[in-house]
Amino acid sequence: MEAILKTDLHAKDAHAPAKSSLFWRPTAQSGLISWLTTVDHKKIGFLYGVFALFFFLVGGVEALLIRLQLMYPNGTVLTAQQYNTMFTMHGTTMIFLAIMPLSAAFFNFIMPLQIGARDVAFPRLNAFSLWTFVAGAIIINLGWFMKDGAPDGGWVGYSPLTSKTYAPDHSIDMWVMGLQLLGVASIAASLNFIVTIINLRAPGMTMMRLPVFTWMTLITAFLIVLSFPFITIALVELMMDRLFGTNFFEVSNGGMPILWQHLFWVFGHPEVYILILPAMGVVSEILPTFSRKPLFGYPIVVFSGASIGFLGFSVWSHHMFTTGMGTMATAAFSLATMAIAVPTGVKIFNWIGTLWGGHISMRTPMMFALGFVWMFMIGGFSGVMHSAAPADAQQQDSYFVIAHFHYVLIGGSLFALLAGIHYWFPLMFGRKVSEFWGKLSFWVIFAGFNITFFPMHFLGLNGMPRRNFTYESNLGWNSANFIATIGALILGVGIFIYFAVMVYTFLKGEKVGKDVWDARTLEWSLPNPPPEYNYRVIPTVHARDAYWYNKQHKAEIAQEEAEHAKAEAAHGGIHMPHQSIYPFVASLGLFIAGLGIAVVDHDPSPGFWGKKIGLSMIGGVVMLAGIYFWALEGNEGYHIHLDDEGHAPADKNAAKH
Amino acid sequence: MSSHAGTIDHHHDPSTSTGIPNKKLLMWTFLASDCMFFGALISTHLIYRLHPMPDAPSPKNIFSIELTSFSTFILLMSSLMMALAVTAIQKGNLKSMRWSILTTIFFGSIFLGCQVYEFQEFIEVKKMTITNSMLGTTFFTLTGTHGTHVAIGVLWLILMYVRSFQPPEAGRNTAWFIRHGVHIAVIIGAILLAIFSTLALVHTLHTGENLGAFFGGHFAMLAGLLACIAAGIFLARPNGPVNFGEANAIDVESMGLYWHFVDIVWIVIFTAVYLLEYL
Repeated sequence: MEAILKTDLHAKDAHAPAKSSLFWRPTAQSGLISWLTTVDHKKIGFLYGVFALFFFLVGGVEALLIRLQLMYPNGTVLTAQQYNTMFTMHGTTMIFLAIMPLSAAFFNFIMPLQIGARDVAFPRLNAFSLWTFVAGAIIINLGWFMKDGAPDGGWVGYSPLTSKTYAPDHSIDMWVMGLQLLGVASIAASLNFIVTIINLRAPGMTMMRLPVFTWMTLITAFLIVLSFPFITIALVELMMDRLFGTNFFEVSNGGMPILWQHLFWVFGHPEVYILILPAMGVVSEILPTFSRKPLFGYPIVVFSGASIGFLGFSVWSHHMFTTGMGTMATAAFSLATMAIAVPTGVKIFNWIGTLWGGHISMRTPMMFALGFVWMFMIGGFSGVMHSAAPADAQQQDSYFVIAHFHYVLIGGSLFALLAGIHYWFPLMFGRKVSEFWGKLSFWVIFAGFNITFFPMHFLGLNGMPRRNFTYESNLGWNSANFIATIGALILGVGIFIYFAVMVYTFLKGEKVGKDVWDARTLEWSLPNPPPEYNYRVIPTVHARDAYWYNKQHKAEIAQEEAEHAKAEAAHGGIHMPHQSIYPFVASLGLFIAGLGIAVVDHDPSPGFWGKKIGLSMIGGVVMLAGIYFWALEGNEGYHIHLDDEGHAPADKNAAKH
Repeated sequence: MSSHAGTIDHHHDPSTSTGIPNKKLLMWTFLASDCMFFGALISTHLIYRLHPMPDAPSPKNIFSIELTSFSTFILLMSSLMMALAVTAIQKGNLKSMRWSILTTIFFGSIFLGCQVYEFQEFIEVKKMTITNSMLGTTFFTLTGTHGTHVAIGVLWLILMYVRSFQPPEAGRNTAWFIRHGVHIAVIIGAILLAIFSTLALVHTLHTGENLGAFFGGHFAMLAGLLACIAAGIFLARPNGPVNFGEANAIDVESMGLYWHFVDIVWIVIFTAVYLLEYL
């Protein structure tokens, strides 16, 4: 509305053709407004990365507190209640606020570059996804600053721990509402990525020429789109139970808590692959680059990724072997779980095949990628052990499970994402981390990680249950717990070195030129950091490792580019979308409504228009207004005309399209 | 109306890799996701249907299959009108599209009115609330979610209808901006007033009071309804060139995909929630 008033002050004559638009067209290139209104996939990806790393550090502090509490028997660092809060928030934070958005940062920044696009298909929807993610992250973490405290129902939120009876305050409401907003953000972002990958590929970029990271982005996006609805509905049902007194999980009125488990894991197991497939994509980019060979068995890697995605939907009940599903169901889910190890193993062999006979150069990204292959394999082995239902009955809810999924999530996802940061850092910021400090951080992280989690296998098999805030000293768990805590501190130091070096490099690191790794995929053909329009000329793709091919055929490609540049200039130059504030407004509305639903006390006295409903309605109106202005302002843009050297004269107001 | 009717290929967009317009692909993918939403809700209903409490109410004593069959039929007919609207705008026939959209809105509103009546009846007469039985919990949550989808669809249709009156250079036209806000408001007002006055009329007939009492008791509501309809007609009169034509067919088509999907979901709900009880 402010925008409308402003334009009225500036333009007196209602019919003057030069009258400025009713809609605010922000053009700021720096400062807060530029970040709030950006629709550039690279800036959005950068913001995802910053938020993800912040929450990664928060989740890391929570983990260290957990380990300090368990360092000695009968520890007193945390109370039982605080411990419940810590493990709940550690799990929720690491999965939804650290690993997923860090993957999303790469989806945003790298994927459009890899397919030769100038942005994602719906740039404003992309901004909406980012800000809705931030809104959800804030709501989940609000409890730290309130008397109700942070959520304490476990990251899986099993019923009836989350029921009004056992959790009467707002902490669970905030968990529910925060996760709902994260779901909206993830689904919106994934729809965008799917359309982008299918529809915005450069000429010649066939599906079977897509870089593997882009393929894994596509599969992950499909997994998100198809699995998040289940947790959304589970959370809707839980919220209805808590707010309106429905009976979904209310045993006394016929509700079945087991339904929550099924709905949660129908989402939760694909979620595991949502976390690991992007990591596999990153590693499939790094290994060929530093082995100086094409990826071994590209189609097999792609198809095994897709079949992991498919099978991922048919194994959820292996999280529930001890719930008494019956032998038939248990056997079926057990078999399906064993089957999923096959495509995973195929990938491992393909990565080994890529290394085999290559000219391996041991740079920092390569170290993390190799660490990924090895550590992820160990996590995979203990995963196959779980697939046998009788063995799983022994391991259920023990530290063996903790060891397993930390090998998969840290040794797997996180190692690959840390590798990805090192790998693409020169492209994103034009600077490179020093090899010494990069490798040092790798070895400290690698050692700390193994010292922390390897002993947990033994702890689990010796019967130590997860989620217990302390243990007696006569159970034989003392030394392994002590070692694990020392390991966690080493891991913490390693992560600190990693990020300290990263921040230093961002500010003062060694400057590098284009294509520092002599890489194979299209994004490396760009200058660093990439210009806002990405490609001066939309590239034409001739081979699977597109940029590698271009480097072998320089003259021919240069001639082709010159021709296409002329043709594009004749068609009006490079089309860029306008910045927009409305996606942020829509997210802000969701945030306000979320606060109304989750945080405000229900006030029964004044009837329908209490504070709770009032605030929720205000949020709803702000959101609708944001969406509506977003629709009305239209997807107009402006054009950039480049001269022969690739410099853009300032002609932002030219040629509205 | 578009002057170059028939020159746009509505089934192929040369600017995308596959030829499928981005908006259409986005909508299809979203609908795949929405399938899963309803899948989870319908499964919840069916699972709890198999595990009733001993004192659970019998759905047959609560449902009114005649009313629901009627509203189902109306909703399916609205899909026909939606399809006609898409065909009309693809041929550049703006007038025909507007009439088809208005009819779709009308049918959608009848469906919503039936649902309001049904919910009132179940709660006040049949004494089934969202809290007092599992059937109430799953029934109201599932059909309520579907009703919300229909309501969003109706709102979308209204916005698209009003959008079709947008003059060129509307982004610089404050008068139009206010005018179209009023236009949207009177249509929403007309729908709400029409639903509530019809419900009041039905209530009057049920209780056997005479119609004079109805008109006397709801005079303001009926006057408001007439005023909204009159304002709606006034605002819809032709008023110079518009910036809406064949090129917007993809917008109408995406909306149509959503509308048809919501109808298909209702066919599944009607079968799984209502008809199943009469087998």
